[in-house]
Amino acid sequence: MTEAKWPLFEVFIRSRTGLAHRHVGSVHAVDAEMALQNARDVYTRRGEGLSIWVVPASSITASDPADKEMLFEPTASKIYRHPTFYEVPDEVGHM
Amino acid sequence: MYTQGLSGPVDQPDQGHDPEREARFQARIDAEERIEPNDWMPEGYRRTLIRQIAQHAHSEIVGMLPEGNWITRAPSLRRKAALLAKVQDEAGHGLYLYAAAETLDISREELVDQLLAGTAKYSSIFNYPALTWADIGTIGWLVDGAAIMNQIPLCRCSYGPYARAMIRICKEESFHQRQGFEIMLTLARGTVAQQAMAQDALDRWWWPSLMMFGPPDSESQHSDRSMRWRIKRFTNDALRQKFVDATVPQSQFLGLTIPDPALHHDPKSGHWNFGPIDWREFRRVIAGDGPCNRDRLRARRAAHAAGRWVREAALAHAAKRRARAQAAE
Ligand SMILES: [Fe+2]
Ligand SMILES: [Fe+2]
Repeated sequence: MTEAKWPLFEVFIRSRTGLAHRHVGSVHAVDAEMALQNARDVYTRRGEGLSIWVVPASSITASDPADKEMLFEPTASKIYRHPTFYEVPDEVGHM
Repeated sequence: MYTQGLSGPVDQPDQGHDPEREARFQARIDAEERIEPNDWMPEGYRRTLIRQIAQHAHSEIVGMLPEGNWITRAPSLRRKAALLAKVQDEAGHGLYLYAAAETLDISREELVDQLLAGTAKYSSIFNYPALTWADIGTIGWLVDGAAIMNQIPLCRCSYGPYARAMIRICKEESFHQRQGFEIMLTLARGTVAQQAMAQDALDRWWWPSLMMFGPPDSESQHSDRSMRWRIKRFTNDALRQKFVDATVPQSQFLGLTIPDPALHHDPKSGHWNFGPIDWREFRRVIAGDGPCNRDRLRARRAAHAAGRWVREAALAHAAKRRARAQAAE
């Protein structure tokens, strides 16, 4: 009775030339070629994209939300990485 | 839309009840942060979302049936192209939503099985038949109109994947409502027979459309908790009132009469007050005894069974190609 499952692919679309591909959702397909066709039908019915990437969901390695603080918190204190940290007198003009 | 919050209770006690984590979770919700798939969440939140997103997805899929019925009989090529595109959009909506539900640790197959087994609900509205071409106009105008009313607040739902799916859906729904209204306008400006057809469709679809917003707030089971979790932002009754207020002037423009003798404008509140809704009918349809419930499930089951060999053949073909490619390396 149980049918074999179709793998899951994550879909990324480049909306306009010059912008990076962005994750838009996912599709099921038997292989990458079919995933591309399905992604085209499901996610680009109104000219949303100029290029599609599909990636097997199982190939993505993601950071663990539990590690959020360890990974991203240290940068919060490094305000000297931002231009506004440095004082430039108004007379100097835009820099 | 299409989520009337009526399927069975999901209130079993959470395993590993953890007040401290729950408080932190609630604080994130209150700060309007989005919850993402791998974040910790209370079991009740996860189950409520699965139920709601799945009901919503099933509604999009079953919702193709009453309209699909008219694609081959559309009165012109223009109408046919529009209806085909609309029905295709609904399939897309179903797929965006299934994908969002799958991020909560439930497989597509389980979701589909629940629909086919009749254990999952979908919107009561799709258990009514589309009898004439005017029904296609009315469905776009009222049913998609009600859907939009329901769906816009869901774009800010606390669960990221659901909110993002809703943003895509809302962008596409506007065309659905407008093409429906245009059909109604054409009929309303047509012959006496066409006007009568438009009125008849409105007579049949008006009350079921109001029921789409779900039971009255006084009987809504999960409302408070869903509001607290920001899965829901307005109550059923508030959204229903908003829909009536928006729709009455449109019906006046069409020169059609809303089949509610009690309907009147209340100058004090600025709202259109409407008569009592027959909630017995609603409960009957939700429980499986509407005009088309059996038909709809039969059609979905037949489509699923007929597609089985295609799904299996596609998998076998992909496996064969993979094996050949590996052998050639
Ligand atoms: Fe839809
Ligand atoms: Fe729609």
